[in-house]
Amino acid sequence: MTTQNELYLGKPSYSVLGRRPVRHDGADKVTGKALYTADVNLPNMAHGKIVRSPHAHARIKSIVVSEALKVPGVFAVVTGKDWPDLKDKVAVMGEAGTVNLMHLGANCLAIDKVLYKGHAVAAVAAVNAHVAEEAARRIRVDYQVLPSVTWVLDAMKDDAPLLHPDLHTDSMGKKADKPSNVAVHLQFEKGNIADGFKLADLVVEREFRTASVHQGYIEPHAVVAMWNEDNRLKIWTATQGAFNCRQQTAELLQISISQVLVVPCEIGGGFGGKIAVYLEPVAALLSRQCGRPVKMVMQRNEVFEGTGPTPGSFIRLKLGAKNDGTLVAGEAWLAYDCGAFPGGMIGPGCMCVFSCYDLPNARVNGYDVLNNKPKTQAYRAPGSTQAAFACEQIVDELALKLGIDPIEFRLRNAAKEGTRRVDGPVYPRVGLVECLRAAQNSDHWKSPLTGKNRGRGVASGFWFNIGGASSCSASVNDDGIVNLVEGSTDIGGTRTSIAMQLAETLGISAEDVRPQVGDTDSVGYTFLTGGSRVTFATGLAAYKLGLDLQEQMKQRAAAIWECDPAAVQVLNGVYNHLGRSLTFKQIAAKIAEHKLDPVMGQASVTPEGSTNSFGVHIADVQVDPETGKTTILRYTAIQDAGKAVHPSYVEGQMQGGAVQGIGWALNEEYFFDAKDQMRNASFLDYRMPTCLDVPMIETIIVEVPNPSHPFGVRGVGETPIVPPPATIANAIQRATGVRMSELPISPARLWKALAGQAEEDGPEPCGERSS
Amino acid sequence: MVRNPVVRDLREPKHIPVIPVPTVFIPAQMRNLTRGVAQVVVAGDTVAAVVDELEAQFPGIRQRLCHGDSLAPGLQVSVDSTVTLRGLRSKLQPGSEVHFLPAFGGG
Amino acid sequence: MSKKHHVTTSLNGQETEFLCESRQSLLEILRDQLRLTGAKEGCNNGNCGACTVLMNGVPVNSCIVLAVEANGAALETVEGLACLGHLHPLQQCFLEGAALQCGICTPGFLVTAKALLDKNPSPSEHDIRFNLANNLCRCTGYDKIVKAVQAAAKELQATQK
Repeated sequence: MTTQNELYLGKPSYSVLGRRPVRHDGADKVTGKALYTADVNLPNMAHGKIVRSPHAHARIKSIVVSEALKVPGVFAVVTGKDWPDLKDKVAVMGEAGTVNLMHLGANCLAIDKVLYKGHAVAAVAAVNAHVAEEAARRIRVDYQVLPSVTWVLDAMKDDAPLLHPDLHTDSMGKKADKPSNVAVHLQFEKGNIADGFKLADLVVEREFRTASVHQGYIEPHAVVAMWNEDNRLKIWTATQGAFNCRQQTAELLQISISQVLVVPCEIGGGFGGKIAVYLEPVAALLSRQCGRPVKMVMQRNEVFEGTGPTPGSFIRLKLGAKNDGTLVAGEAWLAYDCGAFPGGMIGPGCMCVFSCYDLPNARVNGYDVLNNKPKTQAYRAPGSTQAAFACEQIVDELALKLGIDPIEFRLRNAAKEGTRRVDGPVYPRVGLVECLRAAQNSDHWKSPLTGKNRGRGVASGFWFNIGGASSCSASVNDDGIVNLVEGSTDIGGTRTSIAMQLAETLGISAEDVRPQVGDTDSVGYTFLTGGSRVTFATGLAAYKLGLDLQEQMKQRAAAIWECDPAAVQVLNGVYNHLGRSLTFKQIAAKIAEHKLDPVMGQASVTPEGSTNSFGVHIADVQVDPETGKTTILRYTAIQDAGKAVHPSYVEGQMQGGAVQGIGWALNEEYFFDAKDQMRNASFLDYRMPTCLDVPMIETIIVEVPNPSHPFGVRGVGETPIVPPPATIANAIQRATGVRMSELPISPARLWKALAGQAEEDGPEPCGERSS
Repeated sequence: MVRNPVVRDLREPKHIPVIPVPTVFIPAQMRNLTRGVAQVVVAGDTVAAVVDELEAQFPGIRQRLCHGDSLAPGLQVSVDSTVTLRGLRSKLQPGSEVHFLPAFGGG
Repeated sequence: MSKKHHVTTSLNGQETEFLCESRQSLLEILRDQLRLTGAKEGCNNGNCGACTVLMNGVPVNSCIVLAVEANGAALETVEGLACLGHLHPLQQCFLEGAALQCGICTPGFLVTAKALLDKNPSPSEHDIRFNLANNLCRCTGYDKIVKAVQAAAKELQATQK
């Protein structure tokens, strides 16, 4: 195995990491001063509104805007006709590879077809939002309604309505002959499953279904775009990646990236849903047309219907084990929605499905399927939760039937360093076994659970840490405070974790670093905030920045002492030479006094994705058989963080992801009617957990250092959403004897299963009608 | 340059000895091009070089793996356990494993 | 131009007046006219609590309160919590307890929690969860929010003794 990524320093103790300083942006956030995009107000600013399709699938015959333009106070109207020619244009966008610009543009403003209810078809800019809404109502769109389809299996049928008649299934580079809604077919194979299953004493196979769910960030998408008279476009936006946003917007408008400045405002949640652009290029087109800055803020129903939920899915999964619990073979068949345009999550779904286990023989077939739902986007470990819902329940069933403790069963088969995943790569040092043992030794697992209709479930989960470029720069003030500018938009408190890693490197306190997130003109290229990469990758950049600053401070000390810089020693932020010593702050104070060069440092890194984070969750539930309601009595999340930089924020990621997963498990779903229109596009009926729905979420942080980071840091943000639906389903099985294979396990569905009706009628697709 | 690479069958995955040249793991959907073989030992110090070697032995595989000078859209390369960002330009050590995987991001 | 109403209110202890149209919500006036952007728009139909302000001591979703309804009322927003440069104990406990991640829901939670503690200085965990159930948070899972309110309650009780 290559050792080129071995960076771990193996420090026995840390002076900053592991502490819990108050976050640097905290005072602004608790006093209401922090500026989120919708808080931005510019002189002469117009307000924009989008016109959206009421139909799930239709051809646009005509759009008449003349009546809208007559409304007093209307400044501009745009439609898909205002895009530059995007035909056959692709752009390389970081890890996502090439992006079809026609698809990206058409999703922001439809060009000739609408592919889901809520698909944007036109936009208006006016003096205020009320006038814009009035004008929007007067835009006449003539549609030719087409048949539509939302259930993934129906969309795969030969006679399903085709969303893109020119799209052929891609099987890792091989294109099929006929057009299809199946955009991608992937297959992975390891060993020989026919031989493998022959060795099994017990084989369990089941089918699972999950509904579309949304990331549910409380802040709707918002943007302010200002097309300036010097042909520069300035965008204030809620984004997980300012540089990514810049590139997408520039490509869609066919202008150079340097014409675009993206200012990432404080962001009210992302979870993967604020990576693709929706409003930015549209607001830019409006601004260019009317010569004013244009603000656009989505309403909540637009967020549900017009942005990117995670895939709904159908999964058939089979596992075989020997009587002693050793897994011998596995097979999975997964079909995931990708919604209106290709580019879904089937890849990681297939890679994660068996990722927690050492499985000698396995085959995985996965399909990305187009259907008349909004185009899917990443939602925290995209594709992994659905796959874990299936695999972890089959594992649970095997353990139950073989009479083996469910954690013990997992330990016997757990992925470790050297285990080969079904898609090929071998794991480096990972912490699943440590997490399982921590679960076994936890107070939760050891506490008895008694009472009727109560049960305890456990499940494990996996997600990657992706790589990608990160840049940061810093200057040292006269008072020794370090001003840090970094490029990772902060969706969870990372500016503080990055500041802490810089402080640790320099031997100063976290309070002596002032971090800020730079815009695309002020900081070097930084890849998006997502993929659990920031604390790891931008932290690595901060470490290198610290080394750069330290070198410069040595030189300043040497200038002050008139000695050779190589002779200056540094220890814990104190610089020494032959019995003389100066602290970091003391040197900083002397720089101006001695007329030395100001200290300014920089670092950029492009680490590769070499690590990952495993987690294990435990849940105790109580089911009310009269209502089907599941109450969570106790919940524990265990996860390998490598090294917890700021334990409160690591705990926060674990707790937040767990509760999102609880919502996914018990209530959340897109409910489509017979016309394939979403009927519950509001927080009233798209039921996310409130604080009354969940107990305290206990956390146990395991630390198995990541070899490819100097402090051993692993990204933790995404994995916590992977185990919860399976954990809860396993708990419900123990509580009731019924195994629920559909998400959400809503009260109505569980009640029916308990009453035995589901066994007679057969499972119903989750909230959707077969066409 | 090795012209007759050792072609290894998948049926004994646990018995691969340490060998001084990289091993390319052939994606399941491309094994029809390699006569069913799942792992190919082939010399090269970059991913581009081993792809050239593979093409010499199994014509047609390059157009599945590459578009011009880049990896095919939707693919990424993992060298051993690290997903690399440098695609075809990724450097290999003797004994490296090369895997072609679906590209993905995160949320 | 539609007829405007003249509204007089007490806002964070200061007498404040504004003109508004019938169709404008209190949230819109607070944010767009009075430039108090602490209250946030999360859903515009009273289902997320990000816009919570206190009206005569009672938490309301300002997105579904018409601005005209505020005439003669005492309004409190997050901007009024800190006093003369000192954070309210709730704000301090939220910071020390890491009870916020993206922070968008935080103003709503602070205002609602203040109303709770004004009414019930030593709430149980259930009391806290019940009274905060109208405020959605998607980042934290609520654990640290509840703990921060518990800590603030303790601190307020201690300072009052």
